[in-house]
Amino acid sequence: MSATAKDTIKDGIVARRLIYLAPILFFVVVSGYFLWGLNPERDPRVLPSVMIDKPAPEFTAGPLAGTAVPGLATADLKSGQVTLFNVFASWCIPCRAEHPFLMDLAQRGEVAIFGLNYKNKPEEASAWLRDLGNPYTRIGTDEKGRIGIDWGVSGVPETFVIDGTGRIRYRHWGPIDKDALERTILPLIEELRG
Amino acid sequence: MIPEIGLFALILALAVALVQGTLPMIGAARGHDAWMASAVPTAILQLAFALAAFLALMHAYVTSDFTVVNVALNSNSAMPMLYKISATWGNHEGSMLLWVVILAVFGAAVALFGGNLPPALRARVLSVQAWIAIGFLTFSLFTSNPFERVFPPPLDGNDLNPLLQDPGLAFHPPMLYMGYVGFSIAFSFAIAALIEGRVDAAWARWVRPWTLAAWCFLTGGIALGSWWAYYELGWGGWWFWDPVENVSFMPWLMGTALLHSAIVVEKRDALKSWTILLAILTFSLSLIGTFVVRSGLLTSVHAFATDPERGLFILALLVVTIGGSLILYAVRAPALKAGGLFAPVSREGGLILNNLLLSVACATVFLGTMYPLIAETFGYKATVGAPFFNLTFLPIMTPLVAAMALGPFLSWKRTDLAGVVGRLKFAFLAAILATAITLYMQQGPVIPVLAMGLAVWLFAGAVIEWSGRIKLFQTAPGDSLRRAIGLPRSAHGMTLAHAGMAVVIAGMVASSTWKVEEILIMRPGDTTSVAGYDYRLEKVERIKGPNYISDTATITVTRDGKAVTEQKPEKRIYTVQNTPTTEAAIYTTALADLYTAIGDPDGKGGQTVRIFFEPLVPWIWIGSLMMMLGGVISLSDRRLRVGAPRRKRPPTLAAAQA
Amino acid sequence: MTRKRRRMVLVLAGLTALSAAVALVLYGLKETVTFFYSPSEVQAGAPPQGRAFRLGGLVEEGSVKKQGDGLTVEFSITDMAVSVPVTYRGILPDLFREGQGVITEGDLGTDGTFVAREVLAKHDETYMPREVADALKESGVWRDEEGSK
Repeated sequence: MSATAKDTIKDGIVARRLIYLAPILFFVVVSGYFLWGLNPERDPRVLPSVMIDKPAPEFTAGPLAGTAVPGLATADLKSGQVTLFNVFASWCIPCRAEHPFLMDLAQRGEVAIFGLNYKNKPEEASAWLRDLGNPYTRIGTDEKGRIGIDWGVSGVPETFVIDGTGRIRYRHWGPIDKDALERTILPLIEELRG
Repeated sequence: MIPEIGLFALILALAVALVQGTLPMIGAARGHDAWMASAVPTAILQLAFALAAFLALMHAYVTSDFTVVNVALNSNSAMPMLYKISATWGNHEGSMLLWVVILAVFGAAVALFGGNLPPALRARVLSVQAWIAIGFLTFSLFTSNPFERVFPPPLDGNDLNPLLQDPGLAFHPPMLYMGYVGFSIAFSFAIAALIEGRVDAAWARWVRPWTLAAWCFLTGGIALGSWWAYYELGWGGWWFWDPVENVSFMPWLMGTALLHSAIVVEKRDALKSWTILLAILTFSLSLIGTFVVRSGLLTSVHAFATDPERGLFILALLVVTIGGSLILYAVRAPALKAGGLFAPVSREGGLILNNLLLSVACATVFLGTMYPLIAETFGYKATVGAPFFNLTFLPIMTPLVAAMALGPFLSWKRTDLAGVVGRLKFAFLAAILATAITLYMQQGPVIPVLAMGLAVWLFAGAVIEWSGRIKLFQTAPGDSLRRAIGLPRSAHGMTLAHAGMAVVIAGMVASSTWKVEEILIMRPGDTTSVAGYDYRLEKVERIKGPNYISDTATITVTRDGKAVTEQKPEKRIYTVQNTPTTEAAIYTTALADLYTAIGDPDGKGGQTVRIFFEPLVPWIWIGSLMMMLGGVISLSDRRLRVGAPRRKRPPTLAAAQA
Repeated sequence: MTRKRRRMVLVLAGLTALSAAVALVLYGLKETVTFFYSPSEVQAGAPPQGRAFRLGGLVEEGSVKKQGDGLTVEFSITDMAVSVPVTYRGILPDLFREGQGVITEGDLGTDGTFVAREVLAKHDETYMPREVADALKESGVWRDEEGSK
């Protein structure tokens, strides 16, 4: 008799405890969703799964007036050499931040850097390169941003590593910094060469 | 040099917070007085360092120091000074710094004004507060350093997002953060109480003013944001159920519930574990709000630049803070003693209904906001907009508003409902009358007409309760005045806040139901008539501003041939980012806004013009102001003033020791 | 006993309110949720008939035209594989531009033209609505398998 009464009281306490556990259980579910939502695959700015290991899109871009270097087309990316394809604009502040790294890379001469001047007035872009130096051996102009769409560019700067056959092997979103250069881009270039 | 000092100050703030987070907590556990007392100077020192860091960043903005990446990305030398200053927090890094500063301000306030708190409670509260600060300081230092340099520096900055170059938005984030972060105090008190295992009337009395202050700021912050969206986006709307808006609204709903449930703890020693849970949830929702905005979890029209790595850091912060506190709650809360008994129809019962409906309303907003994410896990893309919230949120709020008029009449323990209803018969008559008048003046759907009646019901109920207390018209005017002066300020505050809510509801219902909208092409000299007002486009001129070019239209408004006003809506192009914005022109009368905005020219000498007649829109801001003011008046109440009575020895404990 | 009963009443009231709210939310979702489709999905007939939905993609270059009344705008939304013509009467958002991501909400007319009630375009050069980015991602795969263009 008293044993069953005790049991019901015990059950009551267990049930009460469960009520107090409900908020944390609910939060576990919510944070699970949050974690899933942060999955980088969901990030709209990163579209590598599509472009990686695919041939670079077909395009022909005229040279940038005011500079001495020639224009750029898909054929230039199939030269047998590893190349960097860098999307830049003079109005873009992060481009300025990555510019010294590109200059440094260009001076070492290990890899050809091609530039795509994105949504930029030619005179502003050429003035910008005159002031800061031109790391590019070829520059294509994409004043309307049309070529950028084919490449899936969603912001500037962006950098692609292209192997000798014209396939995209790596895509870097945002400005290149020391870390990205030394840890990812340079080793990859070595690997593609070797 | 100054940016480096700022960074150093931020690191020092973190170091101080680490001390503040550990020493007092250990001191409180061991009963070591000096260790407990160390919470006060550390809290003040932490504020000093955080403030120094913030001022260093502001200095970089004011002097347009473009060697600092953050300044280069978000400022421009041509920007007016006000926006150079507000640009300090108009970006992710700077706004996190502001968050940290406000957190330190609240911590220091508890340290300074909490002199009459029991030393152990104060030590624990400040320690918990320090742990929150540690989380956000490390976040700032490791993922969002605002003092990073760029070399070579750009000649000029990238400009602040033009939508943010606006006085309303200059003050919206600080207000909002004061609200969000203010709830951290209630949270810290809740955690400290759980650690101590004791919640009593004195505890509730200490928590209430902080909660009320945070609530006032949040109310103001949300109203300011809504006002900004109204006049800056040029769409004539003031609330879009956008995720960013919803995440600021959810802590408001929970904070409102907390404000009311804390009264029950204070007066009746009941609802303790529920109040603790509310305090945790309110601040948790503030944190989740920050997380959603910064991580890019949900697509929003106005979000900061997002970064999944940062998102992961904040998520970790959330899991530790919210998860940790909820586990502590699950372990400690069942031991809290339940308090006094009461009948279902009583003030306690009314406040429980308030809490229940507010929580459920908050849950629907939460579900609606998160639904796109949930839908994505099932493999499809969907959005939830205003129709969803109108269908779910409004039906839950309706009984709440209906009961809100009754609530203040209820007495503690038990109430004779018939008597209360009897006292509200005039309110009921007023509501019927208002419904009839609205129906006569405005055709259209029935529900908004009834909603107007509901607003009048609430307003009348608040006024009747207040005049009943001072025996208005029942005794000599001088006697009423004496009673009004003698009435606790919190009673005045409650009446004002409830009446303000009624005014807000009237404004929202009227403006969303009887808004008149007209879009047309006008050439200079053309006239059109909208809702009884005649608009004549005089001219469109090109004007050069400091960092933008503007097409400014001049429109004269007349009514029955009499001049009303001249409006100058603009379409601006901010030259640095080449971004266009719309600047609406608004003429406010007490009963409506005349709202005009211009779009693109049609290329044939005409201009797209958008004219809105927005009835009662100003009431939304007036009512919000009344609610805020009601909160401030309550705050000034002697009984609520921070540091009121000494804690009585809890009888349970005394009995146990005897 | 009374305390226990009070708790029972409270818990029951809470549960009733909660289940009513859940029912309300489910009903609300069923009635009001707006689905998102890409131009390719629209061409494949994915959107249900007679229900508003969202269509997103890039505003096709050179497709934006104003009609005679000066207020109605025609443009095409494309995911680089399929384009859907759209009409919209009203003022376009400030940041609506050719080649930029856009989301529209409205109905599909019988002639295959999407009549938009709302056009959302935001924010700066690097911003792209997630739905649009995903849709482009999918059509990107499609295009690459198709071969070069």
